[in-house]
Amino acid sequence: MQPKTHTNLDPTFRWLTLASGLGVVLLVAGILYTLVIGAMPALKHFGFGFLVSQSWDPAFMEFGALSSVYGTLISTAIGMLIAVPLSLVIALFLVELAPPAVSRLAGGAIELLAAIPSIIYGMWGLFVFAPFLADHVQPRLAELIPGFPLFEGPPMGIGMLSAGIILALMVLPFITSVTRDVFQMVPAVVKESAYGMGSTTWEVTRKVTIPYGIQGVVGACFLGLGRAIGETMAVTFVIGNRHEISASLFAAGNSIASTLANEFTEASDELYLGALIELGLVLFGVTLLLQLVARWWLRRTARKMGAVR
Amino acid sequence: MMLTTSGNLPGSPQTAPLTLSAIKAGTSPVPKEIKIATRGLNFYYGTHQALFENHLQIATNRVTAIIGPSGCGKSTHLRTYNRIFELYRGQTVSGEVLLDGQNILDSSCNVLELRRKVGMIFQKPTPFPMSVFDNIAYGLKQHYRINRSDLRDRVEKALQQAALWDDVKDKLNHPGTALSGGQQQRLCIARAIAVEPEVLLMDEPTSAIDPVATSRIEELIDILKERYTIVIVTHNMQQAARISDFTAFFYQGKIIEFGATRKIFTNPDNRQTQDYITGRFG
Amino acid sequence: MRHRSLAYRRGIDLGIRLISSLAALFGIAMLSWILGTVMLKGGPAINWEFFTELPAPPGMPGGGLANAILGTLLITLLAVVLGVPIGLAAGVWLAEFGQQSKTAETVRFAANLLMGTPSIIIGVFVYVVMVMTTGQFSGSAGAVALAIIMLPVVARTSEDILALVPSALREAALALGVPRWKATVGVVFRAAKTGLLTGTLLAIARVSGETAPLLFTALNSPYWPESFNEPTANLTVTIFNYAMSPYDDWQTLAWGASLLIAASVLGTTIITRGFLWYRSRQS
Repeated sequence: MQPKTHTNLDPTFRWLTLASGLGVVLLVAGILYTLVIGAMPALKHFGFGFLVSQSWDPAFMEFGALSSVYGTLISTAIGMLIAVPLSLVIALFLVELAPPAVSRLAGGAIELLAAIPSIIYGMWGLFVFAPFLADHVQPRLAELIPGFPLFEGPPMGIGMLSAGIILALMVLPFITSVTRDVFQMVPAVVKESAYGMGSTTWEVTRKVTIPYGIQGVVGACFLGLGRAIGETMAVTFVIGNRHEISASLFAAGNSIASTLANEFTEASDELYLGALIELGLVLFGVTLLLQLVARWWLRRTARKMGAVR
Repeated sequence: MMLTTSGNLPGSPQTAPLTLSAIKAGTSPVPKEIKIATRGLNFYYGTHQALFENHLQIATNRVTAIIGPSGCGKSTHLRTYNRIFELYRGQTVSGEVLLDGQNILDSSCNVLELRRKVGMIFQKPTPFPMSVFDNIAYGLKQHYRINRSDLRDRVEKALQQAALWDDVKDKLNHPGTALSGGQQQRLCIARAIAVEPEVLLMDEPTSAIDPVATSRIEELIDILKERYTIVIVTHNMQQAARISDFTAFFYQGKIIEFGATRKIFTNPDNRQTQDYITGRFG
Repeated sequence: MRHRSLAYRRGIDLGIRLISSLAALFGIAMLSWILGTVMLKGGPAINWEFFTELPAPPGMPGGGLANAILGTLLITLLAVVLGVPIGLAAGVWLAEFGQQSKTAETVRFAANLLMGTPSIIIGVFVYVVMVMTTGQFSGSAGAVALAIIMLPVVARTSEDILALVPSALREAALALGVPRWKATVGVVFRAAKTGLLTGTLLAIARVSGETAPLLFTALNSPYWPESFNEPTANLTVTIFNYAMSPYDDWQTLAWGASLLIAASVLGTTIITRGFLWYRSRQS
């Protein structure tokens, strides 16, 4: 039995792993840099006007981001308006109302919604949900409030409304699971003392659980918003892909991501490609901003909660 | 390095008296050699200083116990002997720890070889997530070129030395984590002695196991000291009194008193030591 | 102070209970609707030919998506080979070395940003870096895009899992005189292997359903994948192309591909989560 002489590979190990970690930082910087460089032709040619111009005409080399940005904002807004309240009540059900077995099953099912690839949502949206919307929902909405500008135009199914609803389905499980975790963190003692005063479940929720967890829920919403804004395939299938802005939610439109998905491989010209990459830069910038806000918010919340406890 | 009867080492401040004369006064056999000597050891967690000018001499093939109230720096002191503290950011040390006269805190010291020579047993048993056999073989394969049959022999020998062979000889392929708490701790001792160390550091090795298993480990320590120099941190004063030859009493990062165990426990020089021994604080 | 009758309070409570139960039911109903549709429409497309044959030209009956199935497997495999080791190494650095340092916080922050970056942006990035420079859509570009998406996920999950390994185990390995890299790979990884494996599987499941990053990297192809340096057939872009086509046969194939993707992604997710749940109940 002979002693081994050691060649110590630890410095190498440490540097390799550090390099991998720094690789992640470089990647984010690289993406930003690449997008700026790639968008340069369009940035130079259109300047700030790119963001406020509505025209998008590859034949005449005129590009403006407004309709894509508008579509992204509106479809995301619809999605969040539906998803946030729904997520809150579902989380409430899972934490406060359902028996443990039901809660586990229902919670698992909701989380499975998050695992479905977005292209499946797209297929289902295009072939099943949009026709359903056109046949059963949109005519009723139009009848309900005749002449209401948001519900004008032929019920095609495809368009801003269906994109928004599908987005809602996609971020719903995300916000629900974070909200559920936040609700579960409310100390049982606090809730029990409220019940002990004779409060009903809803009163405990409204006066104790929600105020206790509201900031965590807001953070979750920011993160969900970031997801909805960049969602591509599901939206591309159902939004209609039209470079025009309409007041009606029934009308077809587009979003930044859907424009990229549809037109990127067609862009042969440098300026066209630059315009598309600039759209990507806008989207990247917005998601970065949202995440900064979300992180800042969650950190502030954590500090506050830490101070309370 | 020979033990001298002069009171203090050069540079040793009065706050940490090395009452080596006390060793002579005790009935315990006077050690011939010093295995480890610390000189002016200071330790910092970031900016917080946890050890102050520690001077201590660990006798070869004897059991030295380190006692003191929790948070007094016992473990911190022990963890400088194999430089395991370096795992954590912001933990720094100054002074000297001499192993056979060589300062192990020096950057030229080969940490891997140091840790082969200075094994460690932890508070909670730490079997690796692998079989009983592989637990022992793991360190062996790291330090020695060894063939299969030699490896088997060495594993068996280590397990026998740790008084575990009879318990596990039929389950060498079972996971180490499936053993009982006491067995796991003896497995860790076997693992440490398999690589032929010279010193064994034990950081409260029996605090997480039951009394019966504890007494088995204490018996084991008594046998092991014939081959190894043992330093044991314990919060259990009876244990220190039972198994150790020398005892160091730590308080607030300082070595208050050091001497033969019998002397420390029957007639300590220091008032604080006496208060602690008699249970007036700690 | 306004006094509210008990009946009123009970009524509100009951109403909310009803609404929240209905909302949960709604979520489950939507899930069943989507999965039911995929099974009903995709089921008929699944047959022997689907797995063994190339797509038939438009208008011709029959044909399968064997090339796209193989292409998706190959692209995902290459993405795993590229993304998992680097992600794992980054996770190791964060958990073992970086800890709470400024650099580690920066890496964590960047990983979170990258996780939140829309996957289509990753596609654009890889297009500019790999497709524009080589003048060639390629399977390898697709794999790189998927690897970039996996990277931060693997890094953060493996960091979390490695941080759960008790530091006593690390110390015990190091105290034997084992170098840090061996202690990490031989002991810490081994202690964390279930978590690392399931985390990686979930990350793979997630990227294997991705479409957007492949649209302008791997593109698509009606042929067998022969090289990573050319457009490579894959299931998700095929679904996109065929769904948008006017041919019924192709739409049916798209549904079949949807079923296959959904079944493998959800199957992996359910099995790994079920396994984790089972383990957590056992211990």
